[in-house]
Amino acid sequence: MDQPIWITFFVSFIILNVLLIGMAYVTWFERKVLARFQDRLGPTRTGPAGLLQPLADAVKLLGKEDLVPAAADKWVFLFAPVVTFMTALIAAAVIPFGDTATIFGQEVNLFPADLNVGALFILAAGGAGVYGIILGGWASANRYSLLGALRSAAQVISYELILGFSLVGIFIMTGTLSLREIMLRQHETLSIGPLEVSNWFILSQPLAFVLFMIGAVAETNRAPFDLPEAESELVAGFHTEYSGFRFSLYFLGEYVSMIVVSLFATTLFLGGTSGPGAEEYWGLGLLWLLLKVVAFLFFYVWLRATLPRFRFDQLMGLAWKVLLPLALLNILVTAFFRLIANGEVF
Amino acid sequence: MASHTGQPTGSGTINHADDSDITPYGKPGAEVSANVPSTGTLTVEDEQYLDSGDRLMTLNMGPQHPSTHGVLRIMLKLDGETVVECDPMIGYLHRGTEKLTEGKRYSQITPWTDRTDYTTAPLNETGYVLAVEKLCGIEVPERAQYWRVIMAELARIAGHLVWLGTHALDIGALSMSLYCFREREMIQDIFETFCGARLTTNMFEIAGFSRPIPDGLVEQVRNFVRVFPGRQREYADLLSANPIWLTRTKGVGIITPEAAISYSLTGACLRGSGINYDVRKAEPYLVYDRLDFEVPLGEFGDTYDRYLVRMEEMRQSIKIIQQCIDFVDGNDTPLMDWESPYAIPPHKGVMTTAEDMQRHFVWVIKGFSPPVGEVWQSIEHSKGELGYYLVSDGGPMPYRMRIRTPDFVNLSVLPHMAQGAMLADMVALVGTIDIVLGSVDR
Repeated sequence: MDQPIWITFFVSFIILNVLLIGMAYVTWFERKVLARFQDRLGPTRTGPAGLLQPLADAVKLLGKEDLVPAAADKWVFLFAPVVTFMTALIAAAVIPFGDTATIFGQEVNLFPADLNVGALFILAAGGAGVYGIILGGWASANRYSLLGALRSAAQVISYELILGFSLVGIFIMTGTLSLREIMLRQHETLSIGPLEVSNWFILSQPLAFVLFMIGAVAETNRAPFDLPEAESELVAGFHTEYSGFRFSLYFLGEYVSMIVVSLFATTLFLGGTSGPGAEEYWGLGLLWLLLKVVAFLFFYVWLRATLPRFRFDQLMGLAWKVLLPLALLNILVTAFFRLIANGEVF
Repeated sequence: MASHTGQPTGSGTINHADDSDITPYGKPGAEVSANVPSTGTLTVEDEQYLDSGDRLMTLNMGPQHPSTHGVLRIMLKLDGETVVECDPMIGYLHRGTEKLTEGKRYSQITPWTDRTDYTTAPLNETGYVLAVEKLCGIEVPERAQYWRVIMAELARIAGHLVWLGTHALDIGALSMSLYCFREREMIQDIFETFCGARLTTNMFEIAGFSRPIPDGLVEQVRNFVRVFPGRQREYADLLSANPIWLTRTKGVGIITPEAAISYSLTGACLRGSGINYDVRKAEPYLVYDRLDFEVPLGEFGDTYDRYLVRMEEMRQSIKIIQQCIDFVDGNDTPLMDWESPYAIPPHKGVMTTAEDMQRHFVWVIKGFSPPVGEVWQSIEHSKGELGYYLVSDGGPMPYRMRIRTPDFVNLSVLPHMAQGAMLADMVALVGTIDIVLGSVDR
């Protein structure tokens, strides 16, 4: 498992760049899919099927003036978008893109870090990312921004809880917080009578999966939980006063967290890179991972195209009155079965 | 946060004793509570005071806010996200339509009415031409009346589609607005075939229609009538049973029947509260007394009921159009009351006879002069009761024209509904009243 440090740097470098390009194309993907939902075409003018649109967007955003409102708290205002963007990227560090592969005769770990508290690390990074929103909203000296930031704070506290609790079931089943080990456990095959199925945790933890998905949508501020930036109520929410590159940092931060949360969900519930042929060829495993992530991203866009937005109090009510009891119930039931399996009851 | 008066209040602790003399209520900070009377206008001093450590936050929503349907400005006092006080301010789109019409000939005023509620131009024109015809005592031929009903009901659907699209968009249902505007395009295509214009149509003339109905229009309308009910079912599938939509609209913005009457609401805002008043039934104009349709009524007077009422109104409009199109299909009776001295002379006569040519010249250059008198004509607009009050001094231009636009009156209920609502509800409430600021401000 141990490898020279330069390989780790090299893998991280590749993953970082793939993630950044991927994020740019998620915006294209969302615009295209949303357009098809809404009986439109989406971007068509920039390159074939609008494929150069992210590039055009980047040029446009970089060319804009970096405005700082006169009443703003300048340094906090300038710093806040970086927090959101960086924490979103850092979270990807513990995602396993496969196990160890042999490339040009060299053993390479297809993950930047196998942290023994990987799952917690991602949750923590997501929680820290909210600081960017709160600080940016506060420093803008704009009431809409402030309201958006406050909404965001309350929302993330509530839904991080759901997100964390929904995963406890998996931790109980696997006895580890390392994402690599959780993924490897799902590569095993279960035999139920004549049926051979993969040990994906979506099968043994369906309730947790649903809770996790709801929590993940709220965590990434996506519709129908996009209250911090509800454009019909709060103009643009916390980033009302941001323009140019700083606005795009927020924007890209949101898309990176979408990808990371999709990767996280895939790793936890859908077996990560597991799939036919993934054991023999690590490239095929990556392909399976990509397909699963795209499915999740499609789900995000689908929600946005279909559902209206919750009201703030309803959002809180849903989290504390419905989702939290369900998450606790899931933990109880899982723990109970675990005890039976261990032979400690009955 | 810099205050408007240039006197920075800073973000540090404010000593209330120091600025108690500038408080509008004569008491220091925390004493001002939700019991502040909800009438009156917030001033800059109020806002400055509210900055100084009070719980309430003043939020100026609009006139450039994305969901105030144009240039409505609402001053809100918020306690957290709860609205304590709401003060709508209008006038940002005032163009002085009523005064301008005093300098226009009667036939020139129709395009000005288009621009009041620019989402439903033919309905505005209906009210105006009916008022002038009442003043002049013109009997419009039956076939023209049926065509007017068809166009008016199409405009009602078009107006409701704008309402539904923007209302759903405000609540966050992004795709609905595009679906609604897709169907609205079909209606605008019909208008385009009929008169060449799509938005500000100027399609109704005094005394009927002076030009023939274009070929293929009947088929186009029939096609719309055939397609639209299915599309409307799609909207209902997306919204009517959607749990998020229900929680966002049910029990939000309740108007009791008493309140609806005392605020003199009309249209779906009134019928949503269960009061049966529809000008088409109460004082039938055109041929509505001969048509078979129902007036949907709400039960609880909340946003969801008003949504259901408007959805049902669209279905009833389709029913009306169906009856009218059956009547006009293959009908060859005249479209204009050519005998009337107030009508424009027929094109053929202008080209062949001296009398008609002279009359045409006078009609175009000087305009026709209705008898001295005053009339009131109201119609059921998509937003409520639209009334025109015309005073004629016997000249070719009206002495005074007053337009009673429904959304101007309906908007007055907003502070009543906003009491205790959440900030997110405000956009739903503005949407449910169905305002077009061009019509509110005129």
